[in-house]
Amino acid sequence: MSVTRETVAKIASLARIRMGEDELDRMVPELNSILDWVEQLGEVDVSGVEPMTAVIPQQLRLRDDVVDADPLTGGGVRDKVLANAPAAEHGFFGVPKVIE
Amino acid sequence: MSEITELGVKAIRDGVAGGEFTAREVAEAFNANVAAAAEALNAFIVATPDKAMEAAEKVDADRAAGKPLGKMAGVPIGMKDLFATQGVQTTAASHILEGFVPEYESTVSQKLWDAGAGMLGKLNLDQFAMGSSNETSYFGNVASPWRRSGGDNAVLAPGGSSGGSSAAVAARLCPAATGTDTGGSIRQPAAFTGITGIKPTYGRCSRWGVVAFASSLDQAGPMARSVEDCAIMLEAMAGFDPKDSTSLDLPVPEWSASLDADLKGKKVGIPREYRMEGTDEEILQSWDQGIAWLKDAGADVVDITLPHTKYALPAYYIIAPAEASSNLARYDGVRYGLRELPEGANLQEMYAATRAAGFGDEVKRRILIGTYVLSAGFYDAYYTQAQKVRALIARDFEKAWAECDVILAPTTPTAAFALGDKVDDPLAMYLNDVFSVPASLAGLPAMSVPAGLNSDGLPLGLQVIGKAFDEQGVLNAGLAIEQRAGFTAKPEKWW
Repeated sequence: MSVTRETVAKIASLARIRMGEDELDRMVPELNSILDWVEQLGEVDVSGVEPMTAVIPQQLRLRDDVVDADPLTGGGVRDKVLANAPAAEHGFFGVPKVIE
Repeated sequence: MSEITELGVKAIRDGVAGGEFTAREVAEAFNANVAAAAEALNAFIVATPDKAMEAAEKVDADRAAGKPLGKMAGVPIGMKDLFATQGVQTTAASHILEGFVPEYESTVSQKLWDAGAGMLGKLNLDQFAMGSSNETSYFGNVASPWRRSGGDNAVLAPGGSSGGSSAAVAARLCPAATGTDTGGSIRQPAAFTGITGIKPTYGRCSRWGVVAFASSLDQAGPMARSVEDCAIMLEAMAGFDPKDSTSLDLPVPEWSASLDADLKGKKVGIPREYRMEGTDEEILQSWDQGIAWLKDAGADVVDITLPHTKYALPAYYIIAPAEASSNLARYDGVRYGLRELPEGANLQEMYAATRAAGFGDEVKRRILIGTYVLSAGFYDAYYTQAQKVRALIARDFEKAWAECDVILAPTTPTAAFALGDKVDDPLAMYLNDVFSVPASLAGLPAMSVPAGLNSDGLPLGLQVIGKAFDEQGVLNAGLAIEQRAGFTAKPEKWW
């Protein structure tokens, strides 16, 4: 299966990466050579095989139902959360206007 | 003071504890080496000499006060710039995280500081740990301290993605460094630079605070210059962490105290599928040498088969990009990192502009591949198929463990290549990980140990792969190789 320029442009838009014409021209053959190469997986007989979901079998844990049991992942850290924001105002993340 | 920088983790720790030298003297010596190599090797993105001194002074004060000292007390290390470090820029070698200063510390780095280690700086790497040569960093290539013998001054790749770590340890800028391994990013750079590195069983080291690439594969581990140093440092890094849902809830064994190079009664498997076309003749010779060494250590050598080996790499290059495309969706120019806001842009345009400016080519390539293989209509053909093949690869190893205790293989198909040699051909670059990826897909512990030099005077590594949770078996076989290889070569200083 090979991808067209239009497909790559569509994927780039889904991935929210702006791409110029030159970049798209470069990406199309690169992605196609990678996709051609992974095609070989199609020849493996996987009948009756379940896809792997966990590399080491483990049970998912439930944490104790305690507020702020671990201060590193608890609440009350608004200013720390906002500390690296490119635009933070009044205790919120700032973004361009989303409603016209 | 130059001889201190020749010492490893254990020698420094014991020397500090025994009063042969102070932790401060050690930190000063390594700080000086880091500064002197900054321009030529570019192994560090940020040096933190003050952090190293501060930790050293605390160790010296604790010792003077008669307090107990940690496993890594007085040992300054390099921290791969994929670990969040509180108050110190953490970039994953990307532009999109340039200037990001975490408000918290990763579990692994915190454990190392708690054990008495100090930080010399944040080490360069391939951008978001995607690469095998350290040529995708936004902060420039890392140069390997090694050069081919015979006067060829080509700058060689230190391997990747932990290329700053491997270069720094080989060049004696630090006695040890953290690495992370998704498809070989500890083992391949260790092999390229003549050092030792172990990727433990998936889940041994917490992923909390480690910039995520492919979460079902990412695993941290130590890189150092001996098996014992790796064992000591891994003890300090490993351990259950409730903040990582895939963290193993198991006690951390005393690997270093239990090291034993006597392999009597142990069976070493030699996978016939790893004898691949295109593998360098000298690599195959070093593999044969490794087999002879392990026999000499008392092990029985048995031929085994891992029939799906050939499919590991293509499966990896579906699974890892798929996970990366999901993980890297968080870089949106809103919460942290770079924001590109063209005049009049709306929110969606801001996302796209930010990500276009903030990610390098290899990262974009992998995000696009990942987005494609996860997209409607292609998900089953690519992603589900790859996860089924991954299950078969894990099953191959399960069957092999009926016949052997550890597996011996080369770490890489060639010795280090020159910077620029493969950077324009993504597929050729990917093939470098052909021997390291299978163990990653199966979550198994695996290490690279230096075996010797090739005819160009460059290091070659041997890889030991073990059963899940059996880091001890891997370390023991690694030690048997280390004792017989007697690898003492080091790069001649040109930087």
